[in-house]
Amino acid sequence: MSALADWSLRESYLFDRKVIAEIQRAAREGLYDIRGFGAKRRLPHFDDLLLLGASISRYPLEGYRERCNTDVVLGTRFAKRPIELKIPITIAGMSFGALSAPAKEALGRGASEVGTSTTTGDGGMTPEEREHSQILVYQVLPSRYGLNPDDLRRADAIEVVVGQGAKPGGGGMLLGHKISDRVAAMRDLPAGIDQRSASRHPDWTGPDDLEIKIGELREITDWEKPVYVKVGATRTYYDVQLAVKAGADVIVVDGMQGGTAATQDVFIEHVGIPTLPAVRLAVDALQELGMHRQVQLIISGGIRTGGDVAKALALGADAVSIGTAALIAMGDNSPEYDREYREIGSAAGFYDDYQAGRDPVGISTQDPELAARFDPVIGGRKVANYLRVLTLETQTLARACGKSHVHNLEPEDLVALTVEAAAMARVPLAGTDWIPGLDASAGNPR
Amino acid sequence: MAITSSAEIVDLGSVPLRELNQRLHDLANGTSGPTRWRVQNPSGTHAVAAGVDAEVEIEIEGHVGYYCAGMNKRATVRVRGNAGPGVAENMMSGVVIVDGNASQSAGASAHGGLLVVHGDASARCGISLKGADIVVRGSVGHLSGFMAQTGRLVVCGDAGEALGDSIYEARIYVLGRPAGLGADCVEKELRDEHRAELRTLLDRAGIDGVDPADFRRFGSARQLYNFKIDNVGEY
Repeated sequence: MSALADWSLRESYLFDRKVIAEIQRAAREGLYDIRGFGAKRRLPHFDDLLLLGASISRYPLEGYRERCNTDVVLGTRFAKRPIELKIPITIAGMSFGALSAPAKEALGRGASEVGTSTTTGDGGMTPEEREHSQILVYQVLPSRYGLNPDDLRRADAIEVVVGQGAKPGGGGMLLGHKISDRVAAMRDLPAGIDQRSASRHPDWTGPDDLEIKIGELREITDWEKPVYVKVGATRTYYDVQLAVKAGADVIVVDGMQGGTAATQDVFIEHVGIPTLPAVRLAVDALQELGMHRQVQLIISGGIRTGGDVAKALALGADAVSIGTAALIAMGDNSPEYDREYREIGSAAGFYDDYQAGRDPVGISTQDPELAARFDPVIGGRKVANYLRVLTLETQTLARACGKSHVHNLEPEDLVALTVEAAAMARVPLAGTDWIPGLDASAGNPR
Repeated sequence: MAITSSAEIVDLGSVPLRELNQRLHDLANGTSGPTRWRVQNPSGTHAVAAGVDAEVEIEIEGHVGYYCAGMNKRATVRVRGNAGPGVAENMMSGVVIVDGNASQSAGASAHGGLLVVHGDASARCGISLKGADIVVRGSVGHLSGFMAQTGRLVVCGDAGEALGDSIYEARIYVLGRPAGLGADCVEKELRDEHRAELRTLLDRAGIDGVDPADFRRFGSARQLYNFKIDNVGEY
């Protein structure tokens, strides 16, 4: 075909090649697409915000000489032993089962090296994870796989998981080929069968019950541990208010860009709201209750750079959490493995089949040979390095805004590049004083 | 289990729940203390005797709220009244006895030990069961044994709709009539080993006057263990 003829071809916007491929795959296989990773569509995000560095009306701090602190204390509301982190970036919950034991160990090593926390996941706590995690948050999930009071007491904090950003309202599915004997034993199920995780907790429903459930967890652990409540971002304003009312010390809001080990593609891409509006709604809810900074807010879902961290903190988060980015830091989707990714029908930069358990890097697998490729010491060092870079970047931006603590960043330091981001984050469109949707006389819209 | 007059008496009408639970928890940390406890005036309090990890006997004189004996280990807890939702939830070991009725989610996700309900149990009894045994003298509500993984649920009365929905390897025995079976739950042959197992469970629960041979056994058809598009109507 001549170049001119080629130029005359017009691809449908509605039925582009990806859509055609998916329709034909569905017709061929008769099964929806289950995959890992997070939302891949373009969404309003922190990239759509900019920070206003200091100039004449504000003065900056000297980089590398004037301190810009990064410490954060979580769980100050009720817990006898709040968590003290050196940096405002934590590792999100990811299960042993979805991830290999060496990968979990590496996350613990990396987080501990820089003084932050890591989090268990569906399936319970492994000894390696506890041993290598200086500060470990223990998730209480609807499945209750592996949940026991000894690990609850061994943990440094408890996270009641109501939902996650990749699939708010959905349960989990660990496919049978990732169920090794060890994973099966931890979950009290036979090896090799799909392990479905419920979407609702088995013994409570609604905010009034949640308050009683949190009370029980506090009683069992003698009110020592901070209790987090994690929600996938949907009706964020109301969820945050209800979680506060239920007695949470810390609220984790996971935007729709948050990652997953195995979820239907249609769920990942079409349910929930982006992280950007979620952080704003969560802060609104806390401020309206007079609980901002008293109940701490952790934001997750698509955090990649110190820029993302700084902007999330400026909008009012106390800390952020990373999942997908931590896996990438450990080598997930590395070009080094491109040939092996292609052998399993993917490519470096595109790999999202975490559910398949064939990860050549050895992270999202239970195959002993593949898992053995992953060195938890080297992996831990990479996680630590990455966390340090995120922290340095955040400090750099905060200093430029004249802040001696990253928590002193504020919405006033932000402008938006797009009308959508301005409306969602409720900061002015750059170069204007216009915040779409804000009617100062009528109060804050939501 | 009968608690004698030598038991340590804690009146929740005047003593905060926190103090009771802390004293019970201290027993797990090597602190010596009474092995028999009597709790008075629970008045629907939540999380009574939750998180105990000690070989003690605790008798509660009255009705309790949510999560009584939650995550219990080793203790024997008797409720001389009714129990709210989630009694003995996630129990690891020990024995919990409810003389009255139990609300929904009794024994939810319990890993071990024995829960006995001498009255009826409400919906979702034994939901996500992970190895414990539950014996109910009366009937159970809908969705009992939902996603039950392992362990045994014995119902001497009737069972509500969707019994054993999405069940894994747990075994359910019903003397009366189930209103309906959930997805992938089927009736199975009651063989000699099951009758013997039932006899043992009923004896441990202190329930006599029923013949194990009269029970019906239910378990997983194992058709939903690995996702198949042909089963889409079941999801």
